[in-house]
Amino acid sequence: MKIPGLSPSGSIRQRLILQLLVLVAVLSWMLYISVRTVASSAVETTQDAILGSATIAIAEELRGGDDGVGIDIPYTAFSMLGATGEDRVFYRIVIDGVTVTGYDDLPLSDDPLGGLTPIFYTRAYQSETVRIAAVERSVLVSNRPVRVVVAVAQTRSAQDAIVARMANRAAALGIGFFAVAALLSLLTARSVIQPVRNVAEAVRRRGPQDLRPVDRPVPSELAPLVTALNQFIARLSGALFRTETFIAEAAHHIRTPLATLRAQAEIALRQSHNEAARAAIRGMIRSVDDSARSVGQLLDHAAVVYRTDQRADEEIDLAALTRDVVAAFGPAAELREISFDLSVPDQPVTMTADRLLLESAIRNLLDNAVKYSALEGLISVSLLVEGGEARLSVRDRGRGLSGVRSAALTGRFRRGTNVADVIGSGLGLTIVREVATAHGGEFRLTEREGGGACADLSLPLA
Amino acid sequence: MRRLVLALGLILSAAGALALDIEEERLFGSGNETSVVKILSTTDIDIFAPLVIAFQAANPGIAVRYTVASTTEVYKAVPDSALTFDLVISSAMDLQMKLANDGYAREHRSLETEGLPAWARWRDQLFAFAQEPVVLILSRPAFEGLRLPQTRADLIDLLRANPERFEGRIGTYDPNRSGAGYLFATQDARQSDTFWRLSEVIGGLSPRLYDGSGAMIADVQSGRLALAYNVLGSYAAAQLSGDPDAALIELEDFTNVLLRTALIPRGAERPELGAAFLEFLLSDTGQTLIDQKAGLPRIDAATLASAGHRRPIRLDPGLLVFVDPLKRQKFLSEWTAAFLRR
Ligand SMILES: Nc1ncnc2c1ncn2[C@@H]1O[C@H](COP(=O)(O)OP(=O)(O)OP(=O)(O)O)[C@@H](O)[C@H]1O
Ligand SMILES: [Mg+2]
Repeated sequence: MKIPGLSPSGSIRQRLILQLLVLVAVLSWMLYISVRTVASSAVETTQDAILGSATIAIAEELRGGDDGVGIDIPYTAFSMLGATGEDRVFYRIVIDGVTVTGYDDLPLSDDPLGGLTPIFYTRAYQSETVRIAAVERSVLVSNRPVRVVVAVAQTRSAQDAIVARMANRAAALGIGFFAVAALLSLLTARSVIQPVRNVAEAVRRRGPQDLRPVDRPVPSELAPLVTALNQFIARLSGALFRTETFIAEAAHHIRTPLATLRAQAEIALRQSHNEAARAAIRGMIRSVDDSARSVGQLLDHAAVVYRTDQRADEEIDLAALTRDVVAAFGPAAELREISFDLSVPDQPVTMTADRLLLESAIRNLLDNAVKYSALEGLISVSLLVEGGEARLSVRDRGRGLSGVRSAALTGRFRRGTNVADVIGSGLGLTIVREVATAHGGEFRLTEREGGGACADLSLPLA
Repeated sequence: MRRLVLALGLILSAAGALALDIEEERLFGSGNETSVVKILSTTDIDIFAPLVIAFQAANPGIAVRYTVASTTEVYKAVPDSALTFDLVISSAMDLQMKLANDGYAREHRSLETEGLPAWARWRDQLFAFAQEPVVLILSRPAFEGLRLPQTRADLIDLLRANPERFEGRIGTYDPNRSGAGYLFATQDARQSDTFWRLSEVIGGLSPRLYDGSGAMIADVQSGRLALAYNVLGSYAAAQLSGDPDAALIELEDFTNVLLRTALIPRGAERPELGAAFLEFLLSDTGQTLIDQKAGLPRIDAATLASAGHRRPIRLDPGLLVFVDPLKRQKFLSEWTAAFLRR
C-alpha cells in the first residue's frame, strides 16, 4: 500500500518472509543431507552384509587334510553378489602368505583381521573403487594350523545407483518440504501483519468527526503503537475542543460588549442635541457596526475552517437550500427595496456536502449582492445543472467591480476599491472560495454585462 | 637393452599370434570395402554366413573377417594384446563373463542393447543374442519297448533297468576338452544332485565322450549311440528335423538354456565396427535371421516364461566360480571319478 507523503523504509512482511525462507531452505538442505547420509550408510551396510556372507561362505568351505587346504568356492557365494546389481567381483585366497587362487594383486587389509568376522575396506583396484571384505581362518593341515585369508571384492556401481536414486528421492523430499514450508511461511507472514492492517483499516474508515480512541483488541506487540495513537487522538480532540470553545467564548465576549456599546451610543444620540457630538456618536455607531460585522465574519470564517477539516457530509438538496437562504434574506432586501428573481429547478438537486458550509457560502454571495446594489435593485439567483455539476449564479446591477480581478478579492481581508462606505470585513469571498474548494468546486466573480457583478459558484454533483 | 626388449616383445607378440589355434577363417567381401570388422567366434561359419552376408548388404563398405576358434582359444585370445578383434562371440558364457568381469570388454549402450531383457546382458558389456536349450537326444529304435524318459530320474531308472541296452552307447561332452561341455556339466551340478547320480550311472555304462554337438548328433542318427546327453538343441533340431528315428527331449526337471554372447574387446582396433555388427545382431532383422537362417533361437523372454522347465543360465558372477582354476580342477576330478570310474 502506498501512503502519500510517507516513504516506507523496508517491509516487515518481506523481511519476515525472507528470514523464514532462509530458515526453511537451511532445514530442507539439512533434511536432504541427512536422508542421503542415512540412506547411503544403510545401503552400504546391506551391501557389506552380502559381501561379508559371500566371504564367510567361501571360508567355511575350506577343508583341512593331509595334502593341503581344500578349497571349494560355493556357486552361491558369487551368485548372491549378482543379486543387487551388475558389479564386478574379485577374490583372493591366501594360504600361509601365498596366493593360491583368485586375483593375486587384490589389496589385502592393513588392519588385523577379525577371524570369521569380516573386515571391510575400500580400495582402488583395476581402475575402479572396490569394497573388500576379508576374513581369516586357520585350517589344520597335517596337524599343523595353517592361516588362510579369504578376500572378496565388489565394485560399487549397484550401491552407487541405489544411493543416487535415494539421493534423488531425498532431494524431491527436500524440495517438497521447502515448497510446503515456504507456503506456510507466506501465510504466517500475512497473518502476523494482519492485525497491523486491521488497525490501519479501522482508523482509516472512521468518519471525520470520530475522535474516539481505538478500542479493538490488538496483539500485545501492537499495544504501544495503539496506545500512542490513542494518546495523540486525545490530545488532538482536546485541542479542537478548546478551539471551538475559544471561538464561542470570543464571540460572546466581544459581541455582548459591542451590543451594549451600540445601545448606549444610540441612547446618547437621542439625548444629545449638540450637532457635533451627534455626528461623532453616529461615527461611533458605524464603527461599532463595522466591528460587529468583522467579529461575525471572523467567527464564521473560523467555523468554516474548522468544519472543512471536520466535515459532516450528508445528502442535501441544493435547490431547496438556495430557496431557503434567499427566503431568509427577504427582510434585509426589503429594507433596501431590493427584489430577487429566483430561478431554481423544481426537482431536487442532490449532492453530498456539508449543509452549514454551503449555506454560509450562499449567504455571503447574497449579502454582497444586496450590499453592493443600489436601492430598488433586482438580483437574479439561478441554479443550473449541467455536465454533472451544479452552477449557482448570483447577479446584481450594482456598482460592479471597478476592474479589480476576482482572485484579488477572494484573499483574506481583501476588499475592493469600490466599497465606499459599505461596511465589511473582506472575509466573505474567502469563505465562499474555501467552501468551493472543500467540495471540489470553483468560484469566480466577474463583471456583469450591462453593469453589476456576477458571482458563479460551481460544484460537482458526484 | 632397449633393442633387446623390443626384440623380445616382437618375439612374444609373434608367439601370441601363433598361439591362436584357428579352426576356420573366411573374409567376406567383394574387395571394394574400405574397412574390415574382425570377428572372433565359436560359432561355425556355415551357421553365421547368412547373417554376415545380410550385414554386408546393409553395410556395403565393411568387409568381415570371420575367424572361428574353440571356446578356450577365444577366451585366451581376448586378453592377448597381440591379437585384436572387434567383436568376440562365444557360447562359453562363463569365460565371456570372466573376460567382462576382468575388464576386457568395452561398454556399449544403444536402443538395441537397452531393449534386451535384463538377464540377457551384463554391465552393458556382455550381450546375449541367442538362447539355446541344452537337450537330450535319443534314437527311437534303441528305446523300443521303453517309455521315453522325461526327467533325469526317469533316465537314471531306465539306464539302471537296462544296462545291456545302453552299454557303450551313451554320448556326452567331455568337459575336460570342451568349454561348452564344462559349462553344461557345471550348471547341471549346480542345479541338482541328480546330476551326480546320473553321472555315476552313465559312468558305469562306458560312455563315449565328445568335444562337439555335431558328432554326437550324427552318431545318434547312425544308431551308434542310443542317446546323447547335453546336446545343443538348436544344432540337434536342425540336424534331426525329418528323422523319424531320432527324438529330441527337453528334460522336464530342468533344461538349461545357453545364451550365446558377444562382447566388444577393450583392445579392439575398430570398436565402432564391432558395435555396428553387434547392433545388427540385436536388431529385429538380425534376430529374425538368427532365428530363421542360422537356426539359433532368438532372444525372447516370452518363450522362456511359457516353458517353466527352461532355465536360462544367468549372466551373474556365479559363473566366475567354475572358472576358478582350483574349482575347475576339483570339479573335473570329481567328474572324472564319477564318469570314468577312475
Ligand atoms: N456584488 C458585488 N458588487 C461589487 N463588488 C463586490 C461584490 N461582491 C464583492 N465585491 C467586492 O469584493 C470585495 C470583497 O468582498 P467580501 O465579501 O470578501 O468583503 P466585504 O463584502 O467587503 O466584507 P464582508 O466580509 O463583510 O462581506 C468587496 O469589498 C467588494 O469590493
Ligand atoms: Mg461580503
